[in-house]
Amino acid sequence: MRLRDIVDAIGAQVLVGDKSLLEREITTASACDLMSDVLAFAKSGILLITGLTNSQVVRTAVIADLSGVIIVRGKQPETATVELARKMRVPLLGTSMHMFETCSELSKIGIIGTCSDTS
Amino acid sequence: MKDKIVLSQGFEIQGADFVRGGEASCQIVEALRDLAFPPEIVRRAGIASYEMEMNMVLYADHGMLSLTVTPDAIMIFADDQGQGIPDIELAMQNGYSTATQEIREMGFGAGMGLSNIKKNSDKMQITSTVGEGTKVHIVIEANGARSNS
Repeated sequence: MRLRDIVDAIGAQVLVGDKSLLEREITTASACDLMSDVLAFAKSGILLITGLTNSQVVRTAVIADLSGVIIVRGKQPETATVELARKMRVPLLGTSMHMFETCSELSKIGIIGTCSDTS
Repeated sequence: MKDKIVLSQGFEIQGADFVRGGEASCQIVEALRDLAFPPEIVRRAGIASYEMEMNMVLYADHGMLSLTVTPDAIMIFADDQGQGIPDIELAMQNGYSTATQEIREMGFGAGMGLSNIKKNSDKMQITSTVGEGTKVHIVIEANGARSNS
Protein backbone atom coordinates (compact mmCIF):
# COMPACT_ATOMS: atom_id res chain seq x y z
CA MET A 1 0.00 0.00 0.00
CA ARG A 2 1.27 3.47 -0.83
CA LEU A 3 1.72 6.07 1.87
CA ARG A 4 -0.87 8.25 0.12
CA ASP A 5 -3.43 5.43 0.43
CA ILE A 6 -2.77 5.36 4.17
CA VAL A 7 -3.25 9.14 4.34
CA ASP A 8 -6.61 8.81 2.57
CA ALA A 9 -7.77 5.75 4.50
CA ILE A 10 -7.21 7.10 8.00
CA GLY A 11 -7.53 10.82 7.24
CA ALA A 12 -3.99 11.64 8.27
CA GLN A 13 -2.51 15.08 7.97
CA VAL A 14 0.54 15.38 5.68
CA LEU A 15 3.16 17.39 7.58
CA VAL A 16 6.01 16.56 5.22
CA GLY A 17 5.46 14.65 2.01
CA ASP A 18 5.60 15.58 -1.63
CA LYS A 19 4.23 13.49 -4.47
CA SER A 20 7.20 11.13 -4.68
CA LEU A 21 7.51 10.62 -0.91
CA LEU A 22 3.84 9.66 -0.69
CA GLU A 23 4.35 7.01 -3.38
CA ARG A 24 6.45 4.94 -0.97
CA GLU A 25 5.16 1.42 -0.43
CA ILE A 26 4.32 0.45 3.16
CA THR A 27 3.37 -3.03 4.34
CA THR A 28 4.59 -2.97 7.92
CA ALA A 29 4.39 -0.63 10.90
CA SER A 30 5.76 -0.41 14.40
CA ALA A 31 4.41 1.71 17.29
CA CYS A 32 7.00 3.00 19.69
CA ASP A 33 7.88 6.04 21.81
CA LEU A 34 11.37 4.84 22.64
CA MET A 35 13.86 5.56 19.88
CA SER A 36 16.34 3.10 21.40
CA ASP A 37 13.74 0.38 20.97
CA VAL A 38 13.09 1.45 17.37
CA LEU A 39 16.81 1.18 16.70
CA ALA A 40 16.93 -2.23 18.37
CA PHE A 41 13.78 -3.83 16.96
CA ALA A 42 12.43 -2.03 13.88
CA LYS A 43 13.05 -3.35 10.39
CA SER A 44 13.92 -1.14 7.45
CA GLY A 45 11.08 0.16 5.30
CA ILE A 46 8.44 0.31 8.06
CA LEU A 47 6.11 3.14 9.04
CA LEU A 48 6.85 4.34 12.58
CA ILE A 49 3.86 5.28 14.74
CA THR A 50 5.02 7.50 17.59
CA GLY A 51 4.04 10.22 20.05
CA LEU A 52 7.47 11.83 19.98
CA THR A 53 7.97 15.03 18.03
CA ASN A 54 11.66 15.91 18.39
CA SER A 55 14.36 15.84 15.71
CA GLN A 56 15.66 12.48 16.98
CA VAL A 57 12.53 10.89 15.48
CA VAL A 58 13.61 12.04 12.02
CA ARG A 59 17.24 11.04 12.57
CA THR A 60 16.09 7.62 13.81
CA ALA A 61 14.03 7.25 10.64
CA VAL A 62 17.03 8.14 8.47
CA ILE A 63 19.44 5.87 10.29
CA ALA A 64 17.12 2.87 10.67
CA ASP A 65 16.01 3.33 7.03
CA LEU A 66 12.30 3.73 7.87
CA SER A 67 9.80 4.68 5.14
CA GLY A 68 7.92 7.27 7.15
CA VAL A 69 6.66 8.49 10.50
CA ILE A 70 3.14 9.16 11.76
CA ILE A 71 2.82 11.32 14.88
CA VAL A 72 -0.22 10.45 17.01
CA ARG A 73 -2.39 12.27 19.59
CA GLY A 74 -2.59 15.41 17.44
CA LYS A 75 0.83 16.59 18.50
CA GLN A 76 2.46 19.16 16.27
CA PRO A 77 6.17 18.55 15.73
CA GLU A 78 8.69 21.25 16.49
CA THR A 79 9.62 23.46 13.50
CA ALA A 80 13.16 22.03 13.55
CA THR A 81 11.71 18.50 13.23
CA VAL A 82 9.61 19.45 10.19
CA GLU A 83 12.53 21.22 8.52
CA LEU A 84 14.84 18.29 9.15
CA ALA A 85 12.29 15.80 7.77
CA ARG A 86 11.98 17.88 4.61
CA LYS A 87 15.75 18.08 4.22
CA MET A 88 16.33 14.38 4.94
CA ARG A 89 13.37 13.25 2.77
CA VAL A 90 11.43 11.59 5.60
CA PRO A 91 7.63 11.62 5.12
CA LEU A 92 5.93 12.95 8.26
CA LEU A 93 2.22 12.39 8.89
CA GLY A 94 0.02 13.43 11.77
CA THR A 95 -3.23 12.17 13.27
CA SER A 96 -5.44 13.24 16.14
CA MET A 97 -6.04 9.56 16.98
CA HIS A 98 -4.21 8.06 19.93
CA MET A 99 -1.67 5.32 19.45
CA PHE A 100 -3.97 2.33 19.95
CA GLU A 101 -6.65 3.69 17.59
CA THR A 102 -4.01 4.50 14.97
CA CYS A 103 -2.65 0.95 15.14
CA SER A 104 -6.16 -0.47 14.98
CA GLU A 105 -7.11 1.62 11.93
CA LEU A 106 -3.87 0.73 10.13
CA SER A 107 -4.46 -2.93 10.93
CA LYS A 108 -7.97 -2.74 9.42
CA ILE A 109 -6.53 -1.59 6.09
CA GLY A 110 -4.02 -4.44 6.04
CA ILE A 111 -0.84 -2.97 7.54
CA ILE A 112 0.95 -5.64 9.58
CA GLY A 113 3.38 -5.59 12.50
CA THR A 114 7.10 -6.34 12.32
CA CYS A 115 6.70 -9.74 14.04
CA SER A 116 4.09 -10.82 11.44
CA ASP A 117 6.31 -9.66 8.60
CA THR A 118 8.19 -12.77 7.56
CA SER A 119 9.47 -11.36 4.26
CA MET B 1 46.59 -2.14 -0.55
CA LYS B 2 44.45 -3.65 2.17
CA ASP B 3 44.86 -0.97 4.83
CA LYS B 4 44.32 2.01 2.55
CA ILE B 5 42.06 4.59 4.18
CA VAL B 6 39.13 5.44 1.92
CA LEU B 7 37.57 8.00 4.23
CA SER B 8 38.37 9.51 7.60
CA GLN B 9 36.07 11.94 9.40
CA GLY B 10 35.80 13.28 12.93
CA PHE B 11 32.86 14.95 14.66
CA GLU B 12 32.91 16.88 17.91
CA ILE B 13 30.02 15.90 20.14
CA GLN B 14 28.74 18.21 22.84
CA GLY B 15 27.12 16.69 25.91
CA ALA B 16 23.44 17.65 26.45
CA ASP B 17 23.15 19.08 22.92
CA PHE B 18 19.87 17.29 22.29
CA VAL B 19 18.93 19.40 19.27
CA ARG B 20 21.99 18.35 17.28
CA GLY B 21 22.27 14.85 18.76
CA GLY B 22 22.36 12.37 15.90
CA GLU B 23 23.55 14.86 13.30
CA ALA B 24 27.02 13.31 13.05
CA SER B 25 25.56 9.82 12.58
CA CYS B 26 23.25 11.07 9.82
CA GLN B 27 26.34 12.47 8.08
CA ILE B 28 28.12 9.13 8.55
CA VAL B 29 25.13 7.32 7.00
CA GLU B 30 25.16 9.69 4.02
CA ALA B 31 28.93 9.26 3.56
CA LEU B 32 28.65 5.45 3.65
CA ARG B 33 25.75 5.54 1.16
CA ASP B 34 27.88 7.73 -1.12
CA LEU B 35 30.65 5.13 -0.87
CA ALA B 36 28.13 2.57 -2.20
CA PHE B 37 28.06 0.24 0.78
CA PRO B 38 25.02 -2.09 0.75
CA PRO B 39 21.97 -0.72 2.66
CA GLU B 40 22.16 -3.39 5.36
CA ILE B 41 25.78 -2.52 6.20
CA VAL B 42 24.98 1.23 6.18
CA ARG B 43 22.04 0.56 8.48
CA ARG B 44 24.14 -1.43 10.96
CA ALA B 45 26.89 1.20 10.99
CA GLY B 46 24.33 3.99 11.33
CA ILE B 47 22.51 2.38 14.24
CA ALA B 48 25.74 1.63 16.12
CA SER B 49 27.06 5.12 15.43
CA TYR B 50 23.80 6.80 16.52
CA GLU B 51 23.76 4.85 19.79
CA MET B 52 27.40 5.79 20.41
CA GLU B 53 26.72 9.43 19.60
CA MET B 54 23.57 9.64 21.75
CA ASN B 55 25.39 7.99 24.65
CA MET B 56 27.86 10.89 24.53
CA VAL B 57 25.08 13.49 24.19
CA LEU B 58 23.11 11.96 27.07
CA TYR B 59 25.84 10.99 29.51
CA ALA B 60 29.16 12.68 28.68
CA ASP B 61 30.47 16.25 28.91
CA HIS B 62 31.91 16.18 25.41
CA GLY B 63 33.57 13.76 23.05
CA MET B 64 34.72 12.85 19.56
CA LEU B 65 33.04 10.47 17.13
CA SER B 66 35.45 9.28 14.43
CA LEU B 67 34.80 7.30 11.29
CA THR B 68 37.51 5.46 9.39
CA VAL B 69 36.71 3.49 6.27
CA THR B 70 39.10 1.09 4.56
CA PRO B 71 38.23 -1.27 1.69
CA ASP B 72 37.75 -4.04 4.27
CA ALA B 73 36.02 -2.38 7.18
CA ILE B 74 34.07 0.49 8.69
CA MET B 75 35.54 1.58 12.02
CA ILE B 76 33.80 3.95 14.41
CA PHE B 77 35.40 5.27 17.56
CA ALA B 78 33.67 7.21 20.33
CA ASP B 79 35.98 8.84 22.85
CA ASP B 80 34.34 10.95 25.56
CA GLN B 81 35.19 12.89 28.66
CA GLY B 82 32.50 12.35 31.24
CA GLN B 83 31.17 10.31 34.12
CA GLY B 84 32.28 6.92 32.76
CA ILE B 85 30.60 3.54 33.35
CA PRO B 86 31.27 1.81 36.72
CA ASP B 87 30.13 -1.69 35.64
CA ILE B 88 30.33 -2.32 31.89
CA GLU B 89 28.97 -5.87 32.14
CA LEU B 90 25.85 -4.58 33.88
CA ALA B 91 25.50 -1.68 31.41
CA MET B 92 25.60 -4.17 28.51
CA GLN B 93 22.48 -5.97 29.78
CA ASN B 94 19.28 -5.36 27.82
CA GLY B 95 17.01 -3.03 29.75
CA TYR B 96 19.61 -1.78 32.21
CA SER B 97 19.61 2.00 32.23
CA THR B 98 20.67 4.91 34.42
CA ALA B 99 18.70 7.39 32.29
CA THR B 100 16.88 10.27 33.93
CA GLN B 101 13.20 10.98 33.33
CA GLU B 102 14.21 13.84 31.00
CA ILE B 103 16.24 11.45 28.82
CA ARG B 104 13.37 8.96 28.69
CA GLU B 105 10.90 11.64 27.65
CA MET B 106 13.10 12.27 24.62
CA GLY B 107 12.78 8.62 23.62
CA PHE B 108 16.12 7.38 24.89
CA GLY B 109 17.32 5.46 27.90
CA ALA B 110 15.52 2.19 27.10
CA GLY B 111 18.58 0.28 28.22
CA MET B 112 19.23 -1.09 24.75
CA GLY B 113 22.09 1.15 23.66
CA LEU B 114 25.29 -0.78 24.40
CA SER B 115 23.82 -4.17 23.55
CA ASN B 116 22.47 -2.71 20.33
CA ILE B 117 25.92 -1.37 19.42
CA LYS B 118 27.30 -4.86 19.99
CA LYS B 119 24.51 -6.50 17.99
CA ASN B 120 25.20 -4.29 14.97
CA SER B 121 28.99 -4.58 14.93
CA ASP B 122 31.40 -7.42 14.21
CA LYS B 123 33.87 -6.31 16.87
CA MET B 124 33.27 -4.06 19.84
CA GLN B 125 35.69 -2.88 22.46
CA ILE B 126 34.69 -0.72 25.39
CA THR B 127 36.81 0.72 28.16
CA SER B 128 35.78 3.21 30.79
CA THR B 129 37.20 5.04 33.76
CA VAL B 130 34.75 6.46 36.27
CA GLY B 131 35.06 10.23 36.45
CA GLU B 132 37.17 10.40 33.29
CA GLY B 133 35.29 8.97 30.35
CA THR B 134 34.49 6.09 28.04
CA LYS B 135 35.98 4.78 24.81
CA VAL B 136 33.97 2.59 22.46
CA HIS B 137 35.54 1.16 19.34
CA ILE B 138 33.60 -0.86 16.80
CA VAL B 139 34.42 -2.58 13.53
CA ILE B 140 31.96 -3.58 10.85
CA GLU B 141 33.49 -5.94 8.32
CA ALA B 142 32.81 -4.84 4.77
CA ASN B 143 35.16 -6.98 2.78
CA GLY B 144 34.46 -6.24 -0.86
CA ALA B 145 30.87 -5.27 -0.04
CA ARG B 146 30.96 -1.95 -1.85
CA SER B 147 29.24 -2.19 -5.20
CA ASN B 148 31.86 -0.02 -6.91
CA SER B 149 34.98 -1.30 -5.14
